[in-house]
Amino acid sequence: MSALDRKLSGSPSSFKLEARGLSRVASGKPLLQGIDLGVSQGETLAVIGPSGSGKSTLLRLLNRLDEPTAGTVLLEGIDYRTIPPQELRRRVGMVMQAPHLFPGNVSQNVGYGPRQRNAPLPDSDIEVLLERVGLAGYASREVSHLSGGEAQRVSLARTLANDPEVLLLDEPTSALDDEAARGIEALVGDIIRERAMTCVIVTHDLAQAARLADRIVILNAGRIKAIGSPEEVIHGK
Amino acid sequence: MGNELTAGIGGELRTVLLQAGGAAVLCLAVMGLCRRAAVHVERETVISLLRGFLQIALIGILLAMVLHRGFGVGVLILFAMTIAAAVIASRRAGGIPGALQACFVAVAAGSGLTMAAMASIGAVTADLATLVPVGSMVIASAMNSSSQAAERFRTEVASQAGLVEAALALGASPTAAVSAQIRSAVYASLIPRLDSLQSLGIVWVPGMMAGMILSGANPVFAGIYQFIVMAMIYAASGITALSTTLLLRRRIFTPAAQLAVKRSDPARI
Repeated sequence: MSALDRKLSGSPSSFKLEARGLSRVASGKPLLQGIDLGVSQGETLAVIGPSGSGKSTLLRLLNRLDEPTAGTVLLEGIDYRTIPPQELRRRVGMVMQAPHLFPGNVSQNVGYGPRQRNAPLPDSDIEVLLERVGLAGYASREVSHLSGGEAQRVSLARTLANDPEVLLLDEPTSALDDEAARGIEALVGDIIRERAMTCVIVTHDLAQAARLADRIVILNAGRIKAIGSPEEVIHGK
Repeated sequence: MGNELTAGIGGELRTVLLQAGGAAVLCLAVMGLCRRAAVHVERETVISLLRGFLQIALIGILLAMVLHRGFGVGVLILFAMTIAAAVIASRRAGGIPGALQACFVAVAAGSGLTMAAMASIGAVTADLATLVPVGSMVIASAMNSSSQAAERFRTEVASQAGLVEAALALGASPTAAVSAQIRSAVYASLIPRLDSLQSLGIVWVPGMMAGMILSGANPVFAGIYQFIVMAMIYAASGITALSTTLLLRRRIFTPAAQLAVKRSDPARI
C-alpha cells in the first residue's frame, strides 16, 4: 500500500461503502478518475450516465473484479484490499447485467455461493428464496429453459443466497423486455426496502433511478457530474 | 561419424530422396487444390515441408553420429526436444504470462514421469537407440496435448469470462471459478489420444510397429510393444494436459483473484 493509499484510507468512514479517490486506467485510457463517493447503511444509490461514462467500471471496482489504479474502497471503514477477495465478494454481492447462469438447474445456481464456503443451503432455504423472487417451484428446472426475466430473477436469488451486506446491481433490467423489466425493478425495490440493504444500482434510465434510489450520482467521462437526491438531480433543486 | 550415416549414402539415399520429393509434390498438389477452394495455406505448406524435411534429416544425421554414445547424450537430446516442444506449445496460450515456463514444466513432467515409469518396468531401455526415438514420440504427444489444452483453456476462459466472473462475484476461488474450463480443456486434449488407443490395429497400424515388422520382429511382439508406446503416450498426454492447465490457471488471475485474460464474450460493458 502506497503512502497516498494509506492517506486515502486513513480517516474514518461513516459510510457502509465508500470510494476514495477511486480511479482506473486501462490500456492508457482513463475509465474512472478520482471518484469520492459514500453509501450509507440502508441507502440506495443509483449511478447513471451515458455509455462509456464509467458506470460499470465503478461497480466492478466496488466488487474488486478489477483493480483500482489509484484510490481504494472502504467497507465499514476497512480498506477492502485488506479483506480476502472471496470474503469481500460475499459481503458485497453483485448482480450482473447478463445473468450468466451456470449450466445445471435453478437450485444448483442459487446454492452456488454458500457451497463455495462449505455452508450449503438446505433445500427449504433455496425454496424460500425462489418464492421471494417469484419462482416458486422452479428449483429443479434447467436454466437453459428459463426466459430472460426468469434467468435474471435466478441471478438475483443466487446473489441474495450469500446474504450480502451490500448489493451491487449492474443494469439488471437493460437486457429484458418492458414487462420483465418492470417485474424485476419492482422485485429489486421490494427486496432492498424489506431487507434495508445498502445498494448501488447502475442504470441508464433516469426514471428508474428516481423510483429506486435515495440518491443519484451522474457520471460523465469517468467523473462525477452531479450528485444528490432524485429531486435535486432531476430538477436541479 | 558412424557407419550408420555413411551406410545410407549412395543408391539407397538417392532413392529415398526421390521418394521424399514425390511426397512433397503430392502435398503441393493438395495445396493447389486448397488454393482453388480459396483455402490459402501456400506459405505454411511450403515452410512446413521445408522445415519438416530439414529437421528430420538433421536428427537422422545426429542420431547416426551419436547412436553408440552414452545415456547422458540421449537425455541431452530429449531435453533439447522438450524445450522446443514447450516453445511450440506455449504459442497456443495466446500471451498468458509465463506460458513458456508452464508448458516446459508440463511437457517435462508428462514425458519424464512416463518414461521413468516405463524404464522402471523395463519397457524402455536406457540405450540411446531406444531412448531417443521412443522419447521423442512421447514428447511430441505431450507437446500436442499441451498445445490443445492451453488453446482450449485460453479460448474457453476468454469466451466464458462472464461465467467465470459471475462465479468470482459469488465468492468462488479462482480454482473453483475455472474448474469447468479446466475439465473441458483436459478432456478435449485427450480425445485424439483416446481415439488412437481405441482404433489401434483396426483403423491404423502405427509406424513403429510397421518398422519393427519390416526389420524382422515378431508381429505379435511388435504389436504389443506398440500398445506399450501408445499407453505411454496417453499417460504422458494426460499428465501434460493436467499440468498445463493447472499451471496456466495460476497465471490468468491476479493476486486479488481478478481475471487477467483478454475476454472475447460480448458481455463486457
